[in-house]
Amino acid sequence: MAMNGKGTLLDASTLPVKEFDGIIVGGGGSGMMASLQLAKSGMHTAVVSKVFPTRSHTVSAQGGITCSIQSADPDDDWRWHMFDTVKGSDFIGDQDSIEYMCKEGPEAIFELENMGLPFSRTEEGKIYQRAFGGQSKDYGKGGQAERTCAAADRTGHALLHTLFQANVKAGTNFLSEWFAVDLVKNQNDQVVGVIAFEIESGEPYFLKSKATVLATGGAGRIYQTTSNALINTGDGTGMALRAGFPVQDMEMWQFHPTGIHGHGTLVTEGCRGEGGYLVNKDGERFMERYAPNYKDLASRDVVARSMFTEILEGRGCGPDADHVYLKLDHLGPEIVHKRLPGVTELSKRFAHVDPAEHPIPVVPTCHYAMGGIPTNVHGQVISQNPDGTDKIIDGLYAAGEAACVSVHGGNRLGGNSLLDLIVFGRSAGLHIEESFKAGIKMDDPSSDDVDYALRNLNRVNVSQSGENFVEVKKDLQKTMQMNFGVFRTEELMENGIKEVSDLRDKSQNIHLADKSSQFNTARVEALELLNLIEVAEATAISANERKESRGAHSREDYPDRDDENWLKHSIYFSDTKQVSKRDVNFRPKQVQAFQPIVRTY
Amino acid sequence: MNAIAASEIKTLRLSIYRYDPLKQEKPYMQDFDIDIPAEKDLMVLDVLMLAKEQDPSISFRRSCREGVCGSDGLNINGKNGLGCITPLSDAIKSNKLSIRPLPGLPVIKDLIVDMKQFVDQYKKVKPYLITDKKVDTREAIPQTIEEREKLDGLYECIMCGCCSTACPSFWWNPDKFLGPAALLQAYRFIADSRDTATEERLEQLEDAFSVFRCHGIMNCVSVCPKGLNPTKAIGEIKKMLVKRAL
Repeated sequence: MAMNGKGTLLDASTLPVKEFDGIIVGGGGSGMMASLQLAKSGMHTAVVSKVFPTRSHTVSAQGGITCSIQSADPDDDWRWHMFDTVKGSDFIGDQDSIEYMCKEGPEAIFELENMGLPFSRTEEGKIYQRAFGGQSKDYGKGGQAERTCAAADRTGHALLHTLFQANVKAGTNFLSEWFAVDLVKNQNDQVVGVIAFEIESGEPYFLKSKATVLATGGAGRIYQTTSNALINTGDGTGMALRAGFPVQDMEMWQFHPTGIHGHGTLVTEGCRGEGGYLVNKDGERFMERYAPNYKDLASRDVVARSMFTEILEGRGCGPDADHVYLKLDHLGPEIVHKRLPGVTELSKRFAHVDPAEHPIPVVPTCHYAMGGIPTNVHGQVISQNPDGTDKIIDGLYAAGEAACVSVHGGNRLGGNSLLDLIVFGRSAGLHIEESFKAGIKMDDPSSDDVDYALRNLNRVNVSQSGENFVEVKKDLQKTMQMNFGVFRTEELMENGIKEVSDLRDKSQNIHLADKSSQFNTARVEALELLNLIEVAEATAISANERKESRGAHSREDYPDRDDENWLKHSIYFSDTKQVSKRDVNFRPKQVQAFQPIVRTY
Repeated sequence: MNAIAASEIKTLRLSIYRYDPLKQEKPYMQDFDIDIPAEKDLMVLDVLMLAKEQDPSISFRRSCREGVCGSDGLNINGKNGLGCITPLSDAIKSNKLSIRPLPGLPVIKDLIVDMKQFVDQYKKVKPYLITDKKVDTREAIPQTIEEREKLDGLYECIMCGCCSTACPSFWWNPDKFLGPAALLQAYRFIADSRDTATEERLEQLEDAFSVFRCHGIMNCVSVCPKGLNPTKAIGEIKKMLVKRAL
């Protein structure tokens, strides 16, 4: 075969083809929810995952999955959850999507429980729910709610393994440890599959499909310090951008308040939900000043900014005054060790403290992309016509963190990411199933179309000299960290855009020295860099363009929210590097839309 | 990286198992000298990544780097463990660190083993809830706090393979003895008050090999990075099987 170490060019005429009804790229929560739906419907489906599915980053989710299942509070209402989510999004979450997620959520939770997910329980034998940030009763008027369903503090692990097990039962076909390189598009702008290679053998294939779901997760690795797994390199997002499709609200990155200082690994917001709180070097519970009502359970963007303000004003802890403390010891070992066993383990391991005895040193860490590939509630990917109207892309779906449906808008509430995965992974699966029943007709791609999708793999495979991709990646992470962090200014961002652009040029000329075929992880890392670059540049340019402060996007030069000009999504295309605007949906079906109000906690 | 003063650096002799079946007839150990900051207690995975910067052709799996995904099960100075949560202070013996693939499974390349046998055994135990309890999509199957507590120490398995590949019984009979990981999983469902297939599960485990090849050596317990106790779970299954046979 072509990738036998000689570095010869691959082309459409010799590339083997495997054909499926549906392909899901990514074996995390959203991907395996979609695949379960398709496997149950008897469709010929494959899950293409660069890691064995249970290694996906969903496994790291700790605190829980937020949903109004009326367990902790029999009067809880999905509309209250919807209000919180809209407010949390700083009003650029699409209200039709948020309504769908909050309303359909309970059924998805019970489906997971029925599959075997080992949720923690209440005295009545129901699913345990804990308090999380930004949660209220009665549309913000009834105080703190407890709405996050939890399996101790290992909810993501429990969820991912349960989904994997359900897929084993359903007979899902996994292409495990396969790397998807690029989308294949035909002349009608329809997506007809992906180019991928089996990592173990290095053998490349055209995986042909009538429906391709990008469920590739986040891209936190564009930053130097992140909670994200090493595999979170925005592969689906990079593939979509290179295929000429846009991303939405890519400037919106969540910095999670409680990353373990010096490592980036998270401890869950559930720590604060269980009664923990943050203190500065004076031992002051400073969130009382910033968010008098919700205190430590204000929204994540608010807490992260408050922490950085404390640090910048000299009230940080430690010899370098560069972090604050998360205090749990007052809760007693019973609560800490029983409800937060995973946090106890991580804290001992990475911070060398038992949280039942000593506070954990924490600092905000890049955690989650609110932005991503724009979709409707069925997971169908949306592009934009020249006149600004939406255009549905045939054959392409996205779900989970890779997608922007948009339920999180400018800031995601804790516990809403797992719900997003489950609800929209399933809805994408349902839509594909129904489309198949109705019949899908697609033109085959030409050999030029396939060759075009092979260009990056070919370029890397035949490279004889050029840039060291490890160095380019490190430089990229550094410039993103420096210039696109929690507080942003035009000066820093313009500098960052220039640096990212230079790094893009370098990335076009990277050298893969090791051309071996057998489990060549260097080849995977070189190709991942191309995706990181796409995501980083989209972030950089969109961030500079949004001239206001909203949600996680906080500008010192434009400190206020500007509803007149920016109650909008940003839409970015990689080929033009232009940002345009897209209307936010204010048309939920069953409730009155929530209008923007001043956002305080 | 900023320049670090020489006094703050110590050099570690790292020895890594290398094997590319398409290039070499036999595996060999390759040595690296890795400079590490003296005051920092790096994890074994950090050191492997530093070595990969010297030689990008070294292959190993990694993902979460926080001990929950189970990718980087390795044999570290003779003991199985996860690279990402094994600190050098625990691992190093006389300033030397040898890293080999998990024993007992075929090596695909370097530190990467073929997990197929391991996953096949896992699949054999029907690792999913089987229940004839009335399933109503509008509610959860009830379970008390006490019933749920029975799953603690069982459901947390991350499928890293450290236990089964440390088990001599699994080395000898990887196709017939299910191994500690799969048996832990089997008991996780037997112990679940919502599961109603205990009889079916026990019947499947009844032969001389599936469970009874466990001789209580307890290597699985001593290596499990999550602190789980497969031997105890296997003991429970054995008790149920014996009781059932009487």
